[in-house]
Amino acid sequence: MVNLKINGIDVSAKEGTSILEAAKAAGINIPTLCYLKDLNEIGACRICLVEIEGRDKLFAACNCPVEEGISVLTDSAKVRQARRVNLELILSQHNTECTTCSRNGNCKLQSLAEESGININSYSVTPPKMNWNTDFPLIRDNSKCIKCMRCIQICDKVQSLNIWDVEGTGSHTTIGVAGGLPFESAHCSLCGQCITHCPVGALYERDDTAKVNAALDDPEKITLVQIAPAVRAAWGEALGIDREKASVNRLAAALRKAGFNYVFDTNFSADLTIMEEGSEFIEKLTHKDEHKFPMFTSCCPGWVRFIKSEYPDMVDMLSTAKSPQQMFGAVAKTYFAEKIGVSPDKIYSVSIMPCTSKKSECDIETMKSSGEKDVDVVLTTREVAKLIKMHGIDAASLDEEEFDSPLGDGSGAAVIFGATGGVMEAALRSAYFLVTGKNPEADAFKAVRGLNGPWREATFAIDSVEVRVAVASGLGNARKLLDAIRAGKVSYDFVEIMACPGGCGGGGGQPICDGFELAGERDEHLYKLDADNPIRFSHENPSVLKLYEEYLEKPLSHKSHELLHTDHFAWSAIK
Amino acid sequence: MGKLSLTAKSGNTLELEKMASFLTSRLSNAQQGLCPVDTVAAFVNVCLSQSCGKCTPCRVGLKKLGEIYDRILDGDGSAEDIALIERTARVIAVSADCAIGHTAGEVALKSVLAFRDDYESHINCNHCSAREEQPVPCSSLCPAQVDIPGYVALTAQGRYADAVRLIRKDNPFPSVCGLICEHPCENGCRRGMVDDAVNIRGIKRYAAEKAGHVPPPECAEKTGRHISVIGAGPSGLTAAYYLALMGHDVDVYEKRKFPGGMLRYGIPDYRLPEQILTDEINVILETGVKLHLDTDIGTDITLDELRNNSDAVYIAIGAHSDKKLRIPGEELEGVTSAVDLLRRIGDGDRPDFSGKKVAVVGGGNVAMDCARSSVRLGAESVSIVYRRRQEDMTALAEEVEGAIAEGCEVVSMMAPVSVEGDESGKAKYLVVKPQIIGPIGRDGRPGVRPADQPEVKLEADIIIVAIGQAIESEKFGEHGLPLKWDTIAATDECDFEGIDGIFCGGDCATGPATVIKAIAAGKVGARNIDTYLGYNHEFALDIEMPAPSLLDKPACGRVKMKERAANERKHDFALMEQCMTDEEASQECSRCLGCDHFGYGKFRGGRYFRW
Repeated sequence: MVNLKINGIDVSAKEGTSILEAAKAAGINIPTLCYLKDLNEIGACRICLVEIEGRDKLFAACNCPVEEGISVLTDSAKVRQARRVNLELILSQHNTECTTCSRNGNCKLQSLAEESGININSYSVTPPKMNWNTDFPLIRDNSKCIKCMRCIQICDKVQSLNIWDVEGTGSHTTIGVAGGLPFESAHCSLCGQCITHCPVGALYERDDTAKVNAALDDPEKITLVQIAPAVRAAWGEALGIDREKASVNRLAAALRKAGFNYVFDTNFSADLTIMEEGSEFIEKLTHKDEHKFPMFTSCCPGWVRFIKSEYPDMVDMLSTAKSPQQMFGAVAKTYFAEKIGVSPDKIYSVSIMPCTSKKSECDIETMKSSGEKDVDVVLTTREVAKLIKMHGIDAASLDEEEFDSPLGDGSGAAVIFGATGGVMEAALRSAYFLVTGKNPEADAFKAVRGLNGPWREATFAIDSVEVRVAVASGLGNARKLLDAIRAGKVSYDFVEIMACPGGCGGGGGQPICDGFELAGERDEHLYKLDADNPIRFSHENPSVLKLYEEYLEKPLSHKSHELLHTDHFAWSAIK
Repeated sequence: MGKLSLTAKSGNTLELEKMASFLTSRLSNAQQGLCPVDTVAAFVNVCLSQSCGKCTPCRVGLKKLGEIYDRILDGDGSAEDIALIERTARVIAVSADCAIGHTAGEVALKSVLAFRDDYESHINCNHCSAREEQPVPCSSLCPAQVDIPGYVALTAQGRYADAVRLIRKDNPFPSVCGLICEHPCENGCRRGMVDDAVNIRGIKRYAAEKAGHVPPPECAEKTGRHISVIGAGPSGLTAAYYLALMGHDVDVYEKRKFPGGMLRYGIPDYRLPEQILTDEINVILETGVKLHLDTDIGTDITLDELRNNSDAVYIAIGAHSDKKLRIPGEELEGVTSAVDLLRRIGDGDRPDFSGKKVAVVGGGNVAMDCARSSVRLGAESVSIVYRRRQEDMTALAEEVEGAIAEGCEVVSMMAPVSVEGDESGKAKYLVVKPQIIGPIGRDGRPGVRPADQPEVKLEADIIIVAIGQAIESEKFGEHGLPLKWDTIAATDECDFEGIDGIFCGGDCATGPATVIKAIAAGKVGARNIDTYLGYNHEFALDIEMPAPSLLDKPACGRVKMKERAANERKHDFALMEQCMTDEEASQECSRCLGCDHFGYGKFRGGRYFRW
């Protein structure tokens, strides 16, 4: 242990601990801006500066380790002045029109300025210009960027895609697309992790709330909305409603209040996905020589974009099943449209997703089962919170409401689609049933849960057949797993991959709580919802069974293929 | 007439002088700007601050030039601005009334012509293509990319064996380089911005000496592949070392009686003692590398045989043949080449120059080695004859100073014309023609031409020609390898397009260069041979690195290496340089600014964890 004083208090810390972490453990707060624990400890912003008594230069607490016997001051006049000047300098290159910013009220820089009592900037404010295609789902506003480098770090170290890079030199240094590529040509998965790790409003998703409001205001349109599993674990965060209270039924009530004609649940189509993907897997497993293994899940569009651009030779190993979002869209504008007797072009289908990549998925030109777009527009969890605010709805005060029928039923197996390992677990529950004719213990496959290691693997016996499965979340982990598979170091039958660390719980469209990784907490909440659900198996979802009975006949039928499966080769992820 | 007075400098003037000298040392000691447009913009503004303001082009032209640069850098430039800079700079260059203006215009003009791509990138993409490429200047300037801040920090902690292990990750010659590396690393040392570069080579020598014998790491599992290396110089032995560690079987074929190449046959003992070299080579041999001495390719074994009995061949034959002056009398007895003399000494045969007058022709490090060796061989007098000025010599300044201190006389601005012999056919005079310094040439060095003065006869019994080395590459050319002049024209990857299994690097591929460049080539060769054979062996950092030091770094003088007194050392071939003391080494290590942690290094490129 290293002994030191911080603000006169005796502190002991393990060798190698940063001054920042040692202070935090002692209850002393040092303000930070660029810092992200373990990911970005580079001393760039110079906000976390501290003084070491007897030494002339100030040090960045985030990346300077504790030293035996030093006396650290975190609030000396010298420190306060340096922090203040550096903050003013950062602000002088920042577009400070906070009122129109996507991060207004949830911005690290804004709160730092407030905490520092800045009431005037000594320097002229001359932000660089924004230069971006704002029709694209992911937007970067150069005028807001504070060059903290977090986007580069998350993309390099966690997602392994290296989309962002330092560009220019000296005071003109900024962040650009690596290799000077147009963004549309970069291999970006649109996972949105750079957005959720940006401390300010320099990175954000395209705001589609206006499109949704226009549809809600259009008397000719029948508006329906689906809510993805992981949204129910997080939407309350953006509105200050605690997780328990922010139930999906309360969100359903809010959306109905906002004007949606039908409020449905993506859980319905998650169960449908399991029927199709589970059957596809069993089909492949029983004709092993005819197929390449493992079979990869296909419900995460970030992952699909990733494999298409980075491992094109492995795309034929993806399940052909559409994602739950797109299955829902396809069923809504065919089966449901027929049921209510309207033409699909009258239906405006909105989905609420924890995801930024879904915005691009719904625009894939082949996703038009009814002739119209399966899903018209995608709002992220953040946007739906904004939509609720725009409509002046006090969501916390609303009573819970049920989903509409029939696309509103979902099993516990569907809820956990939002957590890493959930799709695999749900698929195995039903695959077991499909093979053996009886249900396994609902929690028989929980070994694939969790966030540890680059990937988790397990072997399960279904009837006398051994099924080897693996689960990875985060694209850096996915890359490690794919490389191992490609090199023949490991082999599996079925592999689930989610682009975001922790799965959709940590999705790039989820509410942002700077400095905190909430995927684990949100995933836990989903597992609780699963355990509480009276139906734990996708194949027991009554509405799904009815859909097959009335419309699709059976999993993998001709009709199912037409509506629920897709050709991953029919479109390009890169322009 | 008014009275004259001696003008004392005002306080302001003195302060300004200090700032100017700070700027000079900042520019000369540390990295240049990154973006050529940004750099020239800054230069134009410095020039403007020097303008007296009398003439229009300098006073207004430089100001306007600065404005256009600002516009371009802010992303508001247009294509016409490039033409406008060119036109304005050209006019300033030819029409300013004095050098303050026209040199500024010339720089802007040169930059707009040379870096047009960067200007266009600024205008079309709002940024330039330049980027930070020297996050840790010392390591990135080292051809072998040795982790310098790493071993300096380890040395500071007294972890000498770890320091040696860390150096060996990239360079198997820590002791040798500690003594004779040209230390390009020090040229970019950021400490130069504060006071003076860290004495990196001196620290390396200290660490290596303190560490003593450090065994090499374990070799990887045997691959069963076999590689032949031609030449046991620094490049060949480096390649052999890494290839052996990768688990390959390596045989090294050396033409001479002893291994070491130019380390033994080019560098005299007083700079690099034979025992230190032998010890270092023995560590390399500990990896299982097999050495075949006295084995000439083409005579004892053919290249075809080597190709047939190995999976890959690395050629590193160095540059061991001499270049001739091509003047009358060169064939006389007493005229010898530097290569021949140093080789003779390397083989242990030290001629006696007692009572001889020696003239060494040349101004490079090899010339200094010959001159200083001649002193040690007992010469009555030694002159170093060079056709340019002393400051134009390519030898390191300390080598020239050392030679002078040992009694050598520099005869500069004299070009050899002929050698005159006595009646027995022995050299007696070196006839030289005085030269006059002339305009700066394309290489940035001033040229010389014969002066309007008569030739001079210098008395000389021994004339040593040290004007460069050549490469005995013909037989490799006959074998189908491409040659360029006398170098074997390998690619930057140390291989040949369209020729499988043959790799080549070091002096024989680049022409005579430095030891560290030869070592770097050996490293590149080893990596690319491993890849060629279908492997992916890696050398990873397995040493726990010390935490960065948070101490203030006040300005402090650089510890210089001391040498034994000239009067004493000139009588023997024992090592003349003295190692730093513990006190000196500790202080010198503490001067390192730790660019691996502070600055861009913490974000990117601070440490190469593996290669």
